[in-house]
Amino acid sequence: MESIFSPQQIVNGLQLGAIYALIALGYTMVYGIVRLINFAHGDFFMVGAYAAFGSFFMFNAFLPRGNGLAFIVLILAMAAGGLIAVLTDHFAYKPLRYKPKLSSLVTAIGVSMLLEYVFSAIPAIGPSPRGFPEILPKKMYHFGSAEVSNYVIVDLAVAAVLMIGLTLLIQRSSLGKAMRAVSQDKDAARLMGINVDRIISLTFLIGGAFAGAAGLLAGLTYPRIQPYMGILPGLKAFIAAVLGGIGSIPGAVLGAFIMGIAETCATAYNSLLGEGIAFVILIVVLLLRPSGIFGEKTADKI
Amino acid sequence: MKKSYLVALGLVAGAALSFVGCDKNKNVVVGGVAPLTGEAATFGASTKNGYDLAVSEWNAKGGVLGKQVQLVFADDKGDPAEGATVFTKLIEQDKACAILGTVMSKVSLAGAPICQSAKIPMIATASTNPKVTGVGNFVFRACFIDPFQGTVGAKFAFDDLKAKKAACLFDVGNDYTKGLSEFFKAKFTALGGEVVGFEGHATGTSDFKAQLTKVLAAKPDVLYVSDYYSDVAIIAKQARELGFKGPLVGGDGWDSPKLTEIAGPAIEGCFFTNHYAKEDKSPIVQEFVGKYTAKYKAAPDALAALAYDATNIMLDAISRAGSTDGAAIQGALVKTDLKVVTGQVKFDGERNPVKSAVIIELKGGQQVYKTTVAP
Amino acid sequence: MDKLKSMKLLMAGLIFYVVVQVLSAVGVLNGYFMVIINRSLIGVMFAVSLNLINGITGQFSLGHMGFAAVGAYTSGSITTLIFKLSPRHPEDAVVFVVAIIAGGIAAAVAGFLIGFPSLRLKGDYLAIVTLGFGEIIRTILNNIAWVGGPRGLLGIPKFSTFTVIFVFTMATIILIRNLVQSSIGRSMLSIRENELASELVGVDTTKYKVLGFVVGAFFAGMGGGLLAHLLQIAHPTQYGFYASALILIMVYVGGIGSLTGSIIAAFSLTFLTEGLRVGIDWLRDTAGVPIGTEWTMVIYALLLILIMLFKTEGLLGMREASILIIKEKQG
Repeated sequence: MESIFSPQQIVNGLQLGAIYALIALGYTMVYGIVRLINFAHGDFFMVGAYAAFGSFFMFNAFLPRGNGLAFIVLILAMAAGGLIAVLTDHFAYKPLRYKPKLSSLVTAIGVSMLLEYVFSAIPAIGPSPRGFPEILPKKMYHFGSAEVSNYVIVDLAVAAVLMIGLTLLIQRSSLGKAMRAVSQDKDAARLMGINVDRIISLTFLIGGAFAGAAGLLAGLTYPRIQPYMGILPGLKAFIAAVLGGIGSIPGAVLGAFIMGIAETCATAYNSLLGEGIAFVILIVVLLLRPSGIFGEKTADKI
Repeated sequence: MKKSYLVALGLVAGAALSFVGCDKNKNVVVGGVAPLTGEAATFGASTKNGYDLAVSEWNAKGGVLGKQVQLVFADDKGDPAEGATVFTKLIEQDKACAILGTVMSKVSLAGAPICQSAKIPMIATASTNPKVTGVGNFVFRACFIDPFQGTVGAKFAFDDLKAKKAACLFDVGNDYTKGLSEFFKAKFTALGGEVVGFEGHATGTSDFKAQLTKVLAAKPDVLYVSDYYSDVAIIAKQARELGFKGPLVGGDGWDSPKLTEIAGPAIEGCFFTNHYAKEDKSPIVQEFVGKYTAKYKAAPDALAALAYDATNIMLDAISRAGSTDGAAIQGALVKTDLKVVTGQVKFDGERNPVKSAVIIELKGGQQVYKTTVAP
Repeated sequence: MDKLKSMKLLMAGLIFYVVVQVLSAVGVLNGYFMVIINRSLIGVMFAVSLNLINGITGQFSLGHMGFAAVGAYTSGSITTLIFKLSPRHPEDAVVFVVAIIAGGIAAAVAGFLIGFPSLRLKGDYLAIVTLGFGEIIRTILNNIAWVGGPRGLLGIPKFSTFTVIFVFTMATIILIRNLVQSSIGRSMLSIRENELASELVGVDTTKYKVLGFVVGAFFAGMGGGLLAHLLQIAHPTQYGFYASALILIMVYVGGIGSLTGSIIAAFSLTFLTEGLRVGIDWLRDTAGVPIGTEWTMVIYALLLILIMLFKTEGLLGMREASILIIKEKQG
């Protein structure tokens, strides 16, 4: 039992949770605003990881490994994630916005497959996994019985800074007010003079950028990237968003950390349980409290 | 509905017509199968190189039975259903008289019944699961089998590394890694050691910390990791991060230059069992390594060596059989006694080669030959 | 009139059957083509049954191959582990047919269980739940040692011949067609068009939604059983998300709600896959282009996106070939 809930396992779970949180935010924001499960969101995470990989080798030519380089790589990974998200929305989702919702979902599945297979079909990338470089020199710290690397701290810090920034943006800025308005009532927002399409693009941009940042962190933490790396984390982050209450920003973050810790502890107990725990959580939440922890109850039953 | 049949029939007829007039009897057609896509893609690429190199050598020497050898290659994607389709294609469409491949046991197991019922001999290159050749008398393999490899690993860990406590980590969705860990566990326990952790992980995950934290809490002396190289690399890194100082031991799935490339110093001083060592001084090995490196600009891994061997064993049998008839080739294969890169090959009653294994140490980012273990 | 239409459908099927058998006997269609035709027919079973769930009833399943896995493993266990059959004895064929139907029933039970969340969930959530269901099935199969775990279920006898597969496929088409064009089918369609309204006019939406899942799963389970007895192996990796997604592509490309479209799409995509395989192999090995079979899936993903963007209702929309329509349109 000790090895299941040990401080080390909690650290492992928090680290995983930080990455899930950044992905889950994108899901929840996009769902909140266009009511679409963006199936390709996990693949934006993968694109971010590859962008980080590529930009590291580009900039490592004139910069040593360290914080400066890591910052540039982070910005480029976020830019790549944001760009692919905006492009996907523009070409694949926007034309279907006023068609039945399922057609957008099917398109999203198509985009997800397209990104994965294009990445593995391009000879320069290929299907084989690649090792991710140590952009920051690794340091180890001991806290009681737990081994904590500086990567854990970086993961948590990046996630925290981005999440606080997002909260401030949404709560305090006029842009955030516009986003909230669009998510509540698109038509009313349009009548109030808000450029709804621009706000939706912006939501995709932010969500994609967060997924890109998560891609870099995942590359650092679990140093291997491959074209299919986004599927499982994407799915689990989505479940985390459902657990927290889809559409709710604090909900996504809380859900992600619960998910990370639950998965780590369940895996330590039994790997079969660890594999299935995400879906168990999903089914339990959907049956007992479909609106999640922070989600508002809606009258819309069907 | 009629339209659909017309469409279907049109497609069938069109495709059938496009193949009419192909005369394939000028050459001896051999089918080659390996995964070029999916999780085992790098293994498939070296396997294909191995086939191609051996076939081009035979053709340079005048081919077999006075004809040129034509290798028809097909990608099995590491998927049993795909494997069954391409084995059928090679036999029925391309009229292959023998099949080389494939890499993954689950795919060879899907292809073997097709070869068996068509009476076309096949040599699986790297399918180490014991069940593969059990399908029938037309199914052979070029590699040793998992029980042997797991046993060798356990004996090495217990006798040479003086380990008393071991922990195993494997992929629950992969019969190869799961089986290997089970054979290791059985032998290690039989020798008097203790297996203090035996943990599976999901296929495709990159986070092994939960399992590692759990097994490392029992303070094992060695970690037996029967995964493929890319998982091994991540496991090694995460184990070091969690403070594990002992050696990792594993199987032939480790054999890739990418292992040291991804894992870096984390995998230093670790060991794995393999089919051959590149630095083996015997001329046949050195000649193969030289030719392969010159042609493909990369050192051959064990998969390439096994594919090269399988091709040589098959073509040798065809030339001794004096015919491309399946039963004749099968008869010749049974009597094989050939020196190949991975050792002297003779088949036992179960059509498995009786060969020794080598143990390789990872030192300074290189594979270093440590010792040979006879069966 | 009804009888006549059914006769026409049977006649069309019979002509197809005879033509294939004759071409096969004279050697125009070799074993490879027979494998492609057999897989196309099984693809028809999968696509038509998924169309019942996604197209007719308006639900959304992303785990259709999970049902196929249940059918494959159930029937495969019966023939392999319990009866240890070999195709030599004629009486074994009876056990085989029973096993396939048992596989269908087991899958229908799974469909019943997964149909329940559909009572509470809308399309997109349902998609995730069914996807999760498919993954859970795969995880469980990986962990049951007596059906082979990650090695797969081996040594399944080769019972699925062209004739057997053809008969089951025809039965699937006819039964699902009859269901869709009965009052039950009308109720299912009404749920798709407007669930609230159909409930208000007295349609038991709960019953028909679950029924859609149960019937769809039943035929998918039989298809899975046939596939296992064709390939002689059932392996957990065969039934993952991408296998389900391929069936989804067939249904959406062919046309949501159109059985004709699903049939055409299943045949076209199966043949296209093999055509692309030959083409890609030629490009790689003869022309020296560094290209892999991943491009097949790139093409399919693009096809799906383009269909959704420019012809959302699929190539055939709701249209059916005349021989698949029972009642004449009135007025």
